[in-house]
Amino acid sequence: MSTEASPSSAPTVRSAPVRRRRRGRAVGVLIVTVVAVVAALAPALPLADPNRTQPSRRLAPPLSPDHALGSDHLGRDLLSRVVWGARVSLVVGVLATLLAMLAGTAIGLVTGFYGGLTDNLAMRGIDLIMAFPYILLAMLLVAALGPGLVNAMVAVAVVNVSFYTRGVRAAVLLLREQEFVEAARAVGSTEGRILRRHILPGIAGPILVFVSMNIGVMITESAGLSFIGLGAQPPTADWGTMLADGRQFITVAAHVAAIPGLAIFVLVLGCNLLGDGLRDALDPRLR
Amino acid sequence: MLGSDDAVAAGAILRPPARACQDGVALPSRAGPSYTRADRMRRYLTHRLLSALLVLVGVSFVVFLALHMAPGDPAQVLLGPMATPSELTNLRTQLGLDRPMIVQYGRWAGRAVQGDLGRSIMLRRPVLPELARRFQATLILAGGALVLAFPTGILLGMLAATRPGSPIDGLSRVVAMVGISMPAFWVGLLLIIGFSVKLGWLPGTGMYSPAGDGGARDLLAHLILPAVTLSLVPLAIVSRLTRSSMLDVIAQDYVRTARAKGASETRVIGWHAFRNTLVALVTVLGLQVGYLLAGAVYVETVFAWPGIGFMMVNAILTRDFPLVQGGVLLIAATYVAINLATDFLYAVVDPRVRHVH
Repeated sequence: MSTEASPSSAPTVRSAPVRRRRRGRAVGVLIVTVVAVVAALAPALPLADPNRTQPSRRLAPPLSPDHALGSDHLGRDLLSRVVWGARVSLVVGVLATLLAMLAGTAIGLVTGFYGGLTDNLAMRGIDLIMAFPYILLAMLLVAALGPGLVNAMVAVAVVNVSFYTRGVRAAVLLLREQEFVEAARAVGSTEGRILRRHILPGIAGPILVFVSMNIGVMITESAGLSFIGLGAQPPTADWGTMLADGRQFITVAAHVAAIPGLAIFVLVLGCNLLGDGLRDALDPRLR
Repeated sequence: MLGSDDAVAAGAILRPPARACQDGVALPSRAGPSYTRADRMRRYLTHRLLSALLVLVGVSFVVFLALHMAPGDPAQVLLGPMATPSELTNLRTQLGLDRPMIVQYGRWAGRAVQGDLGRSIMLRRPVLPELARRFQATLILAGGALVLAFPTGILLGMLAATRPGSPIDGLSRVVAMVGISMPAFWVGLLLIIGFSVKLGWLPGTGMYSPAGDGGARDLLAHLILPAVTLSLVPLAIVSRLTRSSMLDVIAQDYVRTARAKGASETRVIGWHAFRNTLVALVTVLGLQVGYLLAGAVYVETVFAWPGIGFMMVNAILTRDFPLVQGGVLLIAATYVAINLATDFLYAVVDPRVRHVH
């Protein structure tokens, strides 16, 4: 869009952002890879049991002997809990995103391709969901299902289904009118085959970009629900719960709350940079 | 999603195709009678108002249904664990819980329309006055955040758009990326640690009544940290949106014409270009006010701000469903009303909207 601004200034305007975006993407890949590898290897790493309490060592500051990042109010090792918490955050973020993506894509594909009454009804349902601020809807669902990590994950997934449905439906509406779809129909392809072989590959790129950008939102939202007591419950090593626990001790041991929050920030930043980078890589206008 | 320059420029998508028009002159339509500008505006507003009412009915049904399906028996909650089966049956009959769900919804909605949202189980008080008191505090907080986020975001976005590739452009990019990646509940805690615990400049918590306990100065002192925290996400989004919309607009022929006519750069950017970014900004304003009202829940929890979000979290944890129902309904209705107001604003800032409809 904006690259057409002024031909004379275009090279300088475009080259610097492209370099910056590539750097950002590299940083994003690095952060997400490191966090994912550390989280996957957590059981094999020489870390203390994340739930082992040591009342005599409570609220130890960072760089203490045996506690590189300090300990919490029950004397549990913060480094260990942050590493194990990464597993929870990543699993919840990825699973919630996959749930939302699968449901949203399926609904968007069917409604966009077939249209008619199904499309009309589904779209009114989506309009209704979108009439709620999404955090509020997630809270309402948790209120109905009951607090807990799985319910919080389902809630943030359900809330995000509408975004996928809308995006996929809009893309399918464009694709179904293309000549290659008409050609496939002319040679006798079934509707199911057209959807699978011709439409789905056409929307895979945008879905991938949206997924990569959505994971960060899911991680923040599920951590947020845990922070207010509606997600993961103690003693699960979850970043949101750890932050909530640490809040009570910020006057004497600020690191207990600051460190899990920093972990959320770094991981979400990595996901967002990666998502931005993927979008740029797949969008020819931004190359 | 949020950090994308193009994706957030939702206004561009919402803009209807341009049609030539003159104020006060009826445009010929393709078929049927021609309408004056006032007729079109009236029809447009009526149509939007009816749609909003329908959405509101749907929203109220979803709220009712969600909590109706929640596990647990309201009669048991009210009577406690020692209640006998006959007492439970009597209370269920008395409350109408033995009636079909649609009848229960009708009764609940009928009472809600008259301002009766029931009684809070935990507070043992009517829900509506409690909601009104709490909502006032949330509005103060959301208003503070809005006042911080929009002017700052617009200014940052305009500076970035007029100096692409410069340090200020880089700064706006960093602010946007960091702003959407930092969880509000963590930022709030960092601000409390920095400005309240370490420096002692501002109170971190301690607001007990929505209007402030020690006058306007006290309210302002308590408001600064939560409002700054809540403003970060909208600031990030507004700055990126302003930048991308402004870059699009600056490339238009009419801006080149304005420059060719000798208009100063301040006038070209501040008047000609900025006016055309307003539709996109109005879109994001509507969406962000919704975010501020509902997203305030985290900030209110961190700062113990006596708002509706903080109240609802406690209500969910204690299974106080009348309070949850009322709170969700109030925020959702406000959100619907804001979306409606946003649509009206489109018609004000963009004449093409009125004419197309």
